[in-house]
Amino acid sequence: MEIRSSTWISKSFWVFQKDIKSELRTRYGLNALLMFAVVTLTAVSFAVGQFFSSPKLISSLFWIVVFFSSMSGLAQVFIKEEESKTVSLLKLVASNESIFLGKLFFNLILLFLLELIIVPLFLILLGVQIKNFGLFVFVVLLGTVGLVCATTIIAAIVAKAHVKGALFAVLSFPILLPLLITVIYGTNLAFEGSEFSQGWNELKVLISYCVVMGVGSFLLFDFVWRE
Amino acid sequence: MFEGLNFKLREGTILTVVGKNGSGKTTLLRILAGILSPSKGKVLYSTNGENLKGERLQKIISLVAPDLCLYDELTALENLRFLSKVQGFHFTQEELVKKMEQVGLANRGFDLVGSFSSGMKQRLKYVTALLKEPLMLLLDEPKANLDEEGVSFLEEVIRDQKGRGILIWATNSSEEREYGDQILNLDK
Repeated sequence: MEIRSSTWISKSFWVFQKDIKSELRTRYGLNALLMFAVVTLTAVSFAVGQFFSSPKLISSLFWIVVFFSSMSGLAQVFIKEEESKTVSLLKLVASNESIFLGKLFFNLILLFLLELIIVPLFLILLGVQIKNFGLFVFVVLLGTVGLVCATTIIAAIVAKAHVKGALFAVLSFPILLPLLITVIYGTNLAFEGSEFSQGWNELKVLISYCVVMGVGSFLLFDFVWRE
Repeated sequence: MFEGLNFKLREGTILTVVGKNGSGKTTLLRILAGILSPSKGKVLYSTNGENLKGERLQKIISLVAPDLCLYDELTALENLRFLSKVQGFHFTQEELVKKMEQVGLANRGFDLVGSFSSGMKQRLKYVTALLKEPLMLLLDEPKANLDEEGVSFLEEVIRDQKGRGILIWATNSSEEREYGDQILNLDK
C-alpha cells in the first residue's frame, strides 16, 4: 500500500471519475437531460418554426430549454447517492471539498455535453443565425457555469427531502432568476449581432454571479452535507 | 437519544454496544464514524495527545454496517480502487485482488457489485473497511448475512484489530457480547 498526500483536486477527480463511470452505466442523469431537451426543443420548433425570428423570443426559448433540462437532470448527482444508500459511504471516505468539487465538475461536463447537442439542433430547427458568435460562446459558457454552481448546492439540499423534483425547481427558480435574465439579454445581443463591448455589462454580471455562487456554494456545502 | 453518555477507550479495547431495537446503537456508531454530528456534546479522538479531525480522522476510522451500501453499478475492483484513492491510499490491482482473496472473492473482482449476493456484499464491505488498516473499526451487526466461512474471517478480523487499535461492535445478539472487553448497554 502506498500512501500519497493527495490534494483536494486529485480526490475530486476520483469522485468525478466514479460519477462518470456510474453515469455511463446507468444513464441516470444523461437520459433525463437529453429526453427533456429534445422534447422541449421539438415542441418549441413546431410552435414557433422558422417564421418568427425575434431574437428576444428565440434567446428566451433557448434558455427555457436549457433551464428546464437542467432541472430534470442535474439534481440526480446527489439524489442518486441518497436513493442507492451510498451517501453514508461517501461521507465516511471523502472530504466535503472533494465531494462538492467532484460533483460540480460532473454536472458541468453533463451540461456542456447537453449544450453541444442542443445548440446546433436549436439553431437548425429554428433557423437562427448567431451574428456575434464570440459573445454567444462567452454568454453560454458563463451561464452554464453559474447554472451548475447554483444547482449543485440546491441538489445537495433537496436530496434528503421527500418531494425532491418539485422542491428542486421551487428553490432553483428564485436563485437562478438573475442569471436567467442576464443570459437571455446576453444571448439576445449575440443574436442581434451587437458589438462585444455592448454585451460587456451582461458578461460582468455573469462573472460576478459565477464567483459569488461558486464560493457561496463551496462554503455552504459543509453545513448542508454534514447536517 | 443519549444523555450523560461518557466513555473513554484505549488501544487494544473491544467495546460491545448492546441495546434493544431503537435504543440508538446504529446512531451511536454513525456519530462515532463522523457520518452524523451530535446535536450536543463531543466525540474526541486523539493520538499522542493530539486531537484528530476531518480527513486525518477519516483515515483512521472504518465502519461496516448493513445500511452502508457499495456502488452496485461499479465492479468490486472499481469500488475498492475508488474508495482507496479518494482517501489517499493507492493499491496495485494485484494487491486488491489479494485482499479479495482473503474473503473468498478473488475471481469476482470484475463483476458488478449489483450482481453479488448480500453475503458477498458484506464480505466486500469488510475488504473496503480493512483497506487502510484502521485504528478504529466500527461494526454494526457484523455477522449479518455471513456464512460460517465469513464468521471465521470475522473472528480473524477481531483478533487483528485488537492488536492494532480499537473495535466497537454493536449487536442485538446476547451470544456476541462475549467478544467485548467492555460492554455499553444503551437500555440502562
